[in-house]
Amino acid sequence: MNLIHPRRLARRFGVLGVAGTLAVAALAGCSNDKTSGATGSYGFHEAKQDKNSAITVWVDASRVAAVKAFQAANPSIKVKTVTYDGSSNGSNSFKTKMALYDRAGKGWPDVVFSSQNNDASWATRGTGGGQAFAARLDKGLIPSSTLSGFAQGALNPCTVSGGVYCLRNDLSQTVLWYNDTLLKQFGYTLPTTWEDYQALGEKVAKEHPGYIVGSVGDTFTPEVLMWASKCQANDVTGPRAVTVNTESPECKRMAALIDKLVADKSLTTLSVFTPDFVKQYTGKVLLMPGPAWYAGAIFNNKESLNVPPGQIGVGAPLAWGSDAAVAGNVGGGTWFISSHSANLAAAAKFAEFVTTADAYQVDVAPGYPAYAAAAAKWVAKQQGSGYFATDMSALTTAAGQVWDGWGYPSYSQEAIWAKTMTPLLTAGKSIEDNLGAWGTAIKDQAQVAGYKVQ
Amino acid sequence: MIDLTSVQSAGSETPNRPAAGRVREDQVASSRPRRRPKRAAGVRSIGPFFVAPYVLFTLAFGVIPGLYAIYLAVTDAQGGFAPTANFTTVMGDFRFFAAARHVALFVGIWVVSLLVLVVFFAIVVHAIRVRWLSASARLFFYIPGALAGASSVMLWLFVLDPVASPVGPLLRALGFDSFPSVIQPTHLPVIFAIIAFWTGAGGWIVVMYGALNNIPDELMEAARIDGANPVQIALHIQLPLLRKWIAYMAVLSLAAGTQLFVEPSLLSQASNGVVPNDYSLNQLAYQYAFDLNDFNGSAAISVLLLLVALVLSAVFVAKGGLFETEDV
Repeated sequence: MNLIHPRRLARRFGVLGVAGTLAVAALAGCSNDKTSGATGSYGFHEAKQDKNSAITVWVDASRVAAVKAFQAANPSIKVKTVTYDGSSNGSNSFKTKMALYDRAGKGWPDVVFSSQNNDASWATRGTGGGQAFAARLDKGLIPSSTLSGFAQGALNPCTVSGGVYCLRNDLSQTVLWYNDTLLKQFGYTLPTTWEDYQALGEKVAKEHPGYIVGSVGDTFTPEVLMWASKCQANDVTGPRAVTVNTESPECKRMAALIDKLVADKSLTTLSVFTPDFVKQYTGKVLLMPGPAWYAGAIFNNKESLNVPPGQIGVGAPLAWGSDAAVAGNVGGGTWFISSHSANLAAAAKFAEFVTTADAYQVDVAPGYPAYAAAAAKWVAKQQGSGYFATDMSALTTAAGQVWDGWGYPSYSQEAIWAKTMTPLLTAGKSIEDNLGAWGTAIKDQAQVAGYKVQ
Repeated sequence: MIDLTSVQSAGSETPNRPAAGRVREDQVASSRPRRRPKRAAGVRSIGPFFVAPYVLFTLAFGVIPGLYAIYLAVTDAQGGFAPTANFTTVMGDFRFFAAARHVALFVGIWVVSLLVLVVFFAIVVHAIRVRWLSASARLFFYIPGALAGASSVMLWLFVLDPVASPVGPLLRALGFDSFPSVIQPTHLPVIFAIIAFWTGAGGWIVVMYGALNNIPDELMEAARIDGANPVQIALHIQLPLLRKWIAYMAVLSLAAGTQLFVEPSLLSQASNGVVPNDYSLNQLAYQYAFDLNDFNGSAAISVLLLLVALVLSAVFVAKGGLFETEDV
């Protein structure tokens, strides 16, 4: 991070000002020429191919198992594994590192796993006249039979202007997690609408203070609640166009629900990943709208709530009144193939394997597979584990209900929510009153990222 | 990046050491002017040998990257000449003036508290006549500065979380019961100033202590004989004689402070983005380079920072008489 260090300059520039001006003039004479070559059959210019060369694969720690499964199944292909943070928590390391390789003109890995789902927006655009990082997959690099096997809408984050540029690792559709044992003990029925949910939240606050029906303390809160309420905060209408209207009735109804239940303390403003949350709410989570991966990350996790087997149930996404229910989505990783790869065949084989093969997606993967056939087997396996109190069909239902009015722009909605709305929630201020400020923050960020905002 | 440790801790960064040494040498030389002509010619010829590594490092890590930044700032992504485009882009960014305000507020709070408290503590420690007490006080002040920048910020992540903090009861008494409530946006300039003060002030107290030792005993003696009490001595003898040192501290602190980066970056990661990752100007430059992939815009912000730091430093150099050569 010391690339540019003005302090040292500040002390030295005065002395070297004249020499500096001359050197700048000299540097200005040169410029880097990057030319993109002829387009190959897959829709991009291919590097010189070498079928025996090793492929370099970047994965996060959880996905090392995917590489191992691939190597066990394909011992003839040489794979070099590089572990990185998966670009998680807004670190943007995938994008950052590729930007540096773009500048250097070499060094790209062949396949990259990203825990984010908005990378296609930048990876499909070349910088400074160079070739975009992501290889187009739907022009023969990955068979169309494989692409069509993914769940409905699963490849939306990978699709830019009709082309597919990545494979989805897992889905993170939101469902209504609940504690079946507690619900029965308190004599409540499982809500099916947001109105019922709010009424139950208010009731819990009165009858069983200390118990909660959800959390709004995480950066992905808007993806769990606003997305599932069809709030038009993130409607990506074109490769560089977005429509933002955060003051619609759809946004306001959910904001009012949040305000009411936060005031009642049946929604907590603590992040589910804090020690404080675990301390205060172990055994006290009645309902919890959230992504599919909450099961393993929060409920069935010794480090977190550690709910005993036979208690946790999964309910379908909630609807507003008589509207059709829609689901939100929180993440779900993606696999990219580099358009600069010298061994596209092996890279494609790898990406196809880790997203579709039972040996990884069913046997090992912790999340709900994006590939439909694997997902069915994964659900069967989870049900067979005996941990859950109910069947898992709600997950499958929700997978097809993710609302498509919430897009995948290059900037992070989570980061915007975190810096504009989370402090308000913490300070006990109203979300409904500040929906306008949220919208302005989104529009500003979109404009800076080069989006046309409506 | 705030790089206080490099300014103060022993030998962690070569280029800063000769700068500190140079000032000290000036002071020593100017207080004993007669010795200078007696120096042997051989001493002079070895000078360039000692200076050479400094010059090389300065060129490699200061001047050349700096010139590259200026080149990037006045060209576009294709390398064409664009003298103002990058500057208008970054200054039109909605985050630019917010970030500038954050940094200005932080630097204001931090530099003023640094100047006042460091001088105060140095004079107090210097006034302690008990040898072991004075020495242990200096060591006590210095210890936090010996931690590397990032690791001391990591330490503060725990201090600021009421659940894990050793001063948790104090935080709760102030009405903060969770980490997010401590790091509300309005608290941030003060929090960063406290962190920076804690990591950096100790080193400066030791430097100021050295400066106080440089004041001739006869002068202090004379003041005491004339009936000046310790407060009068501090105000009328020690403070005026410390002027250059204070200006020197202000210049380096300003330059370091305007580069606020490590504290907000780590807090941003730790708070899952509640502290934004574009809080300071240096972070914004980083965002330009690596999020927007706009190295030219990033360079433009850096050049603007350089200009501001240069102007402010020039003011302090002039007001503090840093380059004056008359006897102290």
